[in-house]
Amino acid sequence: MSVSMMSGRAGRSRRRSGPASPARRGQAVKGWLYVSPTAVFVAVLFVVPLLLVVRMSLSRWPLLTGDQGFNAPDNYTKVLDNRFFADSVVFTVKYTVLATVLLIALGLGLALLVQESSRWKGLLRASFLIPSALGLASASLLFYVLYSPIAGPAADLMANFGWTFLGSPNAALFSTVFLIVWRFAGFYMLLMLVGLQGIPSELYEAARIDGASRWQTFRRITLPLLRPTLALTTIMCVTGSLLAFEQFYILTKGGPDNSTITVVQLIYIMAFQGQNDLGVAAALSVIALIALVVINAVQLRAFHNPDEK
Amino acid sequence: MKIFHRRGGLRAAMTLGLSAAVLALAACGGGGNGTPGAAVSVAAEGTDDGSELTLWTRAPLEKQAKLLVEAYNKSHKNQVSLTVVPNDDYVAKVGAAAGSGGLPDLFAADIVYVPNWVRQGLFRDISANIDGLSFKDSINKGHLGAGTVDGKEHVLPFVLDLSMLFWNKALFKEAGLDPEKAPATLEEYADAAKKIQALGRKDVYGTATGLNCGGCLVFTWFPSIWAAGGQVMNSEGTQATFTSEQSTKVLDTWRDLWRSGAVLPSSKDETGATWTAGFTEGKVGLMFYPATLLSSTPFDAGVAGIPGPGGGASTFVGGDGIGISKDSKKAAQAWNFLNWMMSEEAQVEVLAKNNDVVSREDLANNTYAAKDPRLVTINEVAGKGQTPVATNFQQAYNAANSPWLSLVRDYVLGDGGKLQSNNEQITSVLSQ
Repeated sequence: MSVSMMSGRAGRSRRRSGPASPARRGQAVKGWLYVSPTAVFVAVLFVVPLLLVVRMSLSRWPLLTGDQGFNAPDNYTKVLDNRFFADSVVFTVKYTVLATVLLIALGLGLALLVQESSRWKGLLRASFLIPSALGLASASLLFYVLYSPIAGPAADLMANFGWTFLGSPNAALFSTVFLIVWRFAGFYMLLMLVGLQGIPSELYEAARIDGASRWQTFRRITLPLLRPTLALTTIMCVTGSLLAFEQFYILTKGGPDNSTITVVQLIYIMAFQGQNDLGVAAALSVIALIALVVINAVQLRAFHNPDEK
Repeated sequence: MKIFHRRGGLRAAMTLGLSAAVLALAACGGGGNGTPGAAVSVAAEGTDDGSELTLWTRAPLEKQAKLLVEAYNKSHKNQVSLTVVPNDDYVAKVGAAAGSGGLPDLFAADIVYVPNWVRQGLFRDISANIDGLSFKDSINKGHLGAGTVDGKEHVLPFVLDLSMLFWNKALFKEAGLDPEKAPATLEEYADAAKKIQALGRKDVYGTATGLNCGGCLVFTWFPSIWAAGGQVMNSEGTQATFTSEQSTKVLDTWRDLWRSGAVLPSSKDETGATWTAGFTEGKVGLMFYPATLLSSTPFDAGVAGIPGPGGGASTFVGGDGIGISKDSKKAAQAWNFLNWMMSEEAQVEVLAKNNDVVSREDLANNTYAAKDPRLVTINEVAGKGQTPVATNFQQAYNAANSPWLSLVRDYVLGDGGKLQSNNEQITSVLSQ
């Protein structure tokens, strides 16, 4: 998009100024000028840190003493030997599947619910969306107190049942998933709503005239035309869940009994809690990055519509 | 982003280092020592010339640190500005600052991390000045030893925190126990906890601990093992010995206590943020508790050393050590603070006056301690206590996912079948 915009403007200026060849060079320079703010941004905030992480992952780099020189591939073997590596991958995938299925289904359901015009529409939309205005860390702290067996409102109830929200591995996982669904369902509802509103109403009208049932309309019109939106939300949700950190850092700290350690949390633990080794943490970051790129590529391919060019 | 920070920091450090070197050459004998990381040897009193010093500490010691800094600032031209960092973020903050050459002039460290941090070169060698102190032999040996590498001392005790057996005298009386007599053995301790639990009062429990808090468990359970004559590690701190007879007896007692229901139920998931709250609120009969909280315990509590199975008494000499950082450009001024901190004035009139433990044995029987016999008890037990030394202490014990935590949780809450393999796991972390 930015390219077509640029050539348009350059074209206008060419008509005003004289000869062609210096103008074309000027055009190229101008093009680079237009790109440069973004390019500098990308270079400084993305390429340089990325290269640094790669270098870190290939070097002995303890937190307290800094770079101690090249040692590849020690950091990578240390990551694979870490006693939490396999568990954290399995847990992260489990959490991602749960969160994605719930969020996409709920987001779509809520969007269909509030799409129908009714006098409660405004109130419903607002109340689903309000949790999204809260930062994830603040939301986690809120639920930390709500779940607390000492200070929480359900403390007496928990004491009677001898059960706590974060006390067992499964309870901790589902309590955290509940927090995430509460926090993000409204946001995904909004994305789905935009997608739904992009479907021309004539199609629904035509379907009604043809006598299609509600389910048939949903199955044959809504879902196929929602494909780009579904692709976007799934990719966002999967990526976000694979990189989950704050909610577990605040709510469970990886517990109970190391059952809720996500990959990003393991990176944090390697870097700052005990091992204090930035090199190993960087190696795991690189592995996670490669895995994410592959997963996203597969998803894009899966959602690719063969009818589109 | 980090690379810029780091390079900028390096360049700044080099510029500063160079200018400091030039200054030191120009004003030879000024007492300052500008070369980063080198041994410090300055005038015995240090320099008090109105410099601005920075000091970092972690939140649990905020009260003591504030008292010391305020008293110093009032009586000196140098001014110390104190930064208090949340406990969980302290290692990350110090690590980032160490990597970029941005450590403050003075910083305190949990004494169990000191051996590692000294070895990594974060503290400067101050043995020449410590050797010059007339009372060197009465400085707490656990703390001084933790900061000693290759015979060079790097760290002085900042605040001593001892784990002691505290009991609620009112609850003891109610349960028909002698409120003036401490349980002499771990068995008596468990017995007392069960009797208080048997009162059946709502919200009153026999004892409490932090079963999901490695640091709390290290602090309160190691002394029981020591009191029975056992050890938790070999002297190099590279091998764990939790399969010993003394250690399994301690673990058995706690397993029995947990199963009998005499332990505050939230202890199971307690990660350390609120592990002392139950006792402070008067809901817990007796517990192994930090002595620094004596002054903020609002009711009549008894204090004794931590007993082991079969008797004895010991304590974990914890708290923080403090030293001059590798990045400080004001070593002479920083030493002035440390020198004052060890003086009788600071130890007695600041720490002892506020019910805190002094870090010099020769000052244990001071005027303030005489008024509260519990302080004399604490000061006496301090001499029998230990400070375990291991380079990988944090990863093996304190970290949220430490193998020590797995060992305790498996043994006390689970079936205990993995004691051997968990012990080996600790050893493998320690010996890395």
